[in-house]
Amino acid sequence: MDPTTLEQISPYEWQIPPTGDMRVSAVIIADEDLIRGMDEKVRQQITNVACLPGIVRAAYAMPDAHWGYGFPIGGVAAFDPDQGGVISAGGVGFDISCGVRMLATNLTAAQIRSRQRDFAHEMSRSIPAGVGSRGRIHLDDAGMDDMLTGGARWAVTEGYGTVEDLERIEEQGQMAGATPGVVSPRAKRRQRDEMGTLGSGNHYLEVQEVTDIFDDAAVRAYGLSPGQAVVTIHCGSRGLGHQIGTEYLREMALAAPGYGIILPDRELACAPINSELGQRYLGVMRAGINCALANRQILTHLARGVLERFFPGCQAPLLYDVSHNTCKEELHEIDGEQKRLFVHRKGATRSFGPGMGNMPPPLNKVGQPVLIGGSMGTESWVLAGDERSEAAALSSACHGAGRAMSRHQAARTWTGRGVQDELAARGIIVTSPSRRGIAEEAPGAYKNVTRVVESAERAGLARRVARLAPLVCVKG
Amino acid sequence: MAGETGPPGWSHFPHQGDVGVRGIGRDMAEAFENAARAMTEVVAPLDTIRPAQSVTVSCRAADPSILLLDWLNEVIYAMATRSMLFSDFRVGIEGEALVGEMRGEPVEPKRHEPSVEPKGATLTELRVEQRPDGLWLAQCVVDV
Repeated sequence: MDPTTLEQISPYEWQIPPTGDMRVSAVIIADEDLIRGMDEKVRQQITNVACLPGIVRAAYAMPDAHWGYGFPIGGVAAFDPDQGGVISAGGVGFDISCGVRMLATNLTAAQIRSRQRDFAHEMSRSIPAGVGSRGRIHLDDAGMDDMLTGGARWAVTEGYGTVEDLERIEEQGQMAGATPGVVSPRAKRRQRDEMGTLGSGNHYLEVQEVTDIFDDAAVRAYGLSPGQAVVTIHCGSRGLGHQIGTEYLREMALAAPGYGIILPDRELACAPINSELGQRYLGVMRAGINCALANRQILTHLARGVLERFFPGCQAPLLYDVSHNTCKEELHEIDGEQKRLFVHRKGATRSFGPGMGNMPPPLNKVGQPVLIGGSMGTESWVLAGDERSEAAALSSACHGAGRAMSRHQAARTWTGRGVQDELAARGIIVTSPSRRGIAEEAPGAYKNVTRVVESAERAGLARRVARLAPLVCVKG
Repeated sequence: MAGETGPPGWSHFPHQGDVGVRGIGRDMAEAFENAARAMTEVVAPLDTIRPAQSVTVSCRAADPSILLLDWLNEVIYAMATRSMLFSDFRVGIEGEALVGEMRGEPVEPKRHEPSVEPKGATLTELRVEQRPDGLWLAQCVVDV
């Protein structure tokens, strides 16, 4: 994207003023180089989002934004139900509540390195990953509905993890307002064998080392220290979320004209929040959020089991769990007035600053942990929500590096074995059932995550807290 | 392989985060079959998948592009719920109704090395149309 075609409103904010059918501005938050690296489709998609009914303030693109479907990945948009605001299945995505959680272990990276290969092998055997993998938990109809209502809270009741985990999860581990009875039998069928599975593509479980500290107060509050080993899990709502997305993207695309919604592109399929369809999607999408929270909770339990077998008595408390594909009902101040809004974050993380969002102590004093995923060979980041993020982007931040290259191009550029060998030489063990999958996820296929988080910090979205380097990566 | 203007066959077109699948055919049904082949090739090489078992699906839509969406999503659903991969597709379209037969086998991770699972077919770059040369094009972006 050519930055000279945008109106620069601050060093890290670029605006497309409202023209034509746009109801608000589109704002891209990034440095000039990241803007240059963005696909022109990001401009088109974020401009289209700015045209949707009931949108307030602006349509935002985060520093890691790239071409998605409907909304760009890295898109944030809030809608006012009292102004005809809409909810969009494409604005949430197929992988509802895909997210990242981090376990802050009391182990050192040196302890992991001492048994690195065996540990990586055992972790890959214990975490079901890859296409066609099956979980060990098979829910009957009543169990499925309980899980879709209770989320991580249900998982803890079933013996996966501890009650202490729950306060370190958005919504305290349970999204209210889920309607499992409305979730289709096909969505439930697709989930039947997939509880406690990682999935494939860019989903992973990593063991990482805390290498650099940027904010002493936040590091203390988060329980991190240099040389510490952490476990990070990136995955979502598995087949259930995918099927909900499939069904509602189609239904909303066909129903939009009946609601008088003129879409700039059919991929923006949406329905008024206050319509029957909008409310129905909201309920099943919330069930999808609970499915993702339960899934990450089960995977946490499996990972802790491996840690315990290798390092008896070790502790791995949950630092935090963030979702980055959601639509959530939140209060935000718009033109001096508190408004109840439905905030879509697609490939974007909530980023509440200090004192916001009912965070538990001691997190409330430093802001919400914002967990930024890496890409096997590259660093990951822990950020803290910045109080300025509310004004900058409705308390939102980036979610990862963002792809710079298509999967197809990556598979032609690298081999899975080559990537594995290169990373092994750097002390990183990668396991995966698919060599091609590793090639498609090669670190070089992603943007420079450091530039992304620096832009996020300078724009006031989230402050840098700690940098992490990978030791072990279990890929789907 | 078939580009947008090429002969009957399948191809991928670039998308930054996900992948575009395209089928070209002498009629709409063949274009749909080839789009399903393109989608399968995203997961695993077609020539590694034995057409041992048959699964039949059906769907209905007035809009041909929505019919393509439904067809690809039926393939994805069968792959996900049966843990299978398919390499041979036969599609029949009569009016708004599609019946598809696909042949494949259960996923064997060591042999197929499936790289990524399709989550769903999207409305992005969704097109079903007859080209000026009479061939049919069927394409969309698939979320992976």
